[in-house]
Amino acid sequence: MRTLKDGQKHPISFTLNGEEVDAYAEPRTLLCDFLRHEIGASGTHVACEHGVCGACTVLVEGKAVRSCLMLAAQAEGATVETIESLSNTDDEFDDLQAAFHEHFALQCGFCTPGFLMTLTMLKRTGRRYSEAEIRDALSGNICRCTGYKEIVDAALTVLGPDSLAAE
Amino acid sequence: MKPAPFSLLIPDTIDEAVSALAEYGDAARVIAGGQSLMAMMNMRLAEPDYLIDIARINELKRIEVTPKGVSVGAAVTQSALASHAEAMAKVPLIAEALTHVGHVQTRNRGTVCGSLCHADPSAELPLLLCLLEGTVTLRSTQGERTLSAESFQTGMLSTAKRADEIVVSAFFPAAPKNARTGFHEIARRHGDFAIVALACIVEERSVRFAVGGVGDTPLAVNWPNLDPASLDEKLNALAWRLGGYDDIHASARYRRELIRRAGATLIRETML
Repeated sequence: MRTLKDGQKHPISFTLNGEEVDAYAEPRTLLCDFLRHEIGASGTHVACEHGVCGACTVLVEGKAVRSCLMLAAQAEGATVETIESLSNTDDEFDDLQAAFHEHFALQCGFCTPGFLMTLTMLKRTGRRYSEAEIRDALSGNICRCTGYKEIVDAALTVLGPDSLAAE
Repeated sequence: MKPAPFSLLIPDTIDEAVSALAEYGDAARVIAGGQSLMAMMNMRLAEPDYLIDIARINELKRIEVTPKGVSVGAAVTQSALASHAEAMAKVPLIAEALTHVGHVQTRNRGTVCGSLCHADPSAELPLLLCLLEGTVTLRSTQGERTLSAESFQTGMLSTAKRADEIVVSAFFPAAPKNARTGFHEIARRHGDFAIVALACIVEERSVRFAVGGVGDTPLAVNWPNLDPASLDEKLNALAWRLGGYDDIHASARYRRELIRRAGATLIRETML
């Protein structure tokens, strides 16, 4: 049994956006804070800190999860992906980011990384989604500027039914 | 907010987890998905000195489908159960209820047994366990015991689990072969906590009906050989018996009205 004592930093390693991370974290360090403060990956945003708003959504083992409800130590050995992984090496947007840009699917932009990570999980399945399915998946992400219409429109151009995506 | 300091224990086996609990008891909490407990710790509503993370214990990741029903290990996430085709075919009611349990992002980490242990009166999985007359199996260094849903959930956010015990699995029995099942939930927004959640099993004219979100625990009633003409009267009596409470989401009176109206619709549609 591994024991991580309180108040002490313990080694932790996982794969972040394709690269190995070796760092140290206290048992109580949340994954979101670890990414932002220890790794410097500040694209993951922290808001409500009790799992309601979804701003801190990242992919762990390819699944969208709340990084404020997960300890950094629980990511040991896992594959973690954040908003920083979406654009390519030339800093070009991926298609979801481009669609958000095109449809102005953001106002202040604070919640945007969380929305994009949830949608990235859907995109990986390779199937098309109805508007109702997209709205259901996005119901776990809150936008306080109330820009949902544009966000759903942007998502539909990439993930929606074939006819719509072809437009 | 951030959680208060604690020591994190990561056992590889159930035996290790159980001996850690025997040693630390009240000062320790078990975490699997953490979708309820981490939120409580972030808000400092829970401040355990020791956190025992059971998510990596392989013995607890099992989903077993038997002719009688589905057994779910304590480390099985809600998403993992929902994508288990054989289990969902055996107890289709779980598949229906799971879409109402939080959001896809919380189901990806939240566990089935964790939801049962949290024992929120408006939660869907405790309601199903109650309706289906399921069981919860607990283990300590003293041995193992299995409790009925009714005796496991003792009140709001409280269960019969002792501080030295760990829940190892929950068993959801399949409804009888010729029975039909129904589930309906009224929430402010899909995925939010239920104002009232309802579920039923109907076998010809025999009805078992369960209500969550109104009392401190889910409650199930049996109406053998129900005369459909007496349904409204029976639901009215049940609504008054449960009483309900006022909160920011709904008044007690509204909750009772939901039991009467949504209950009648659900049972009639399931009987058809």
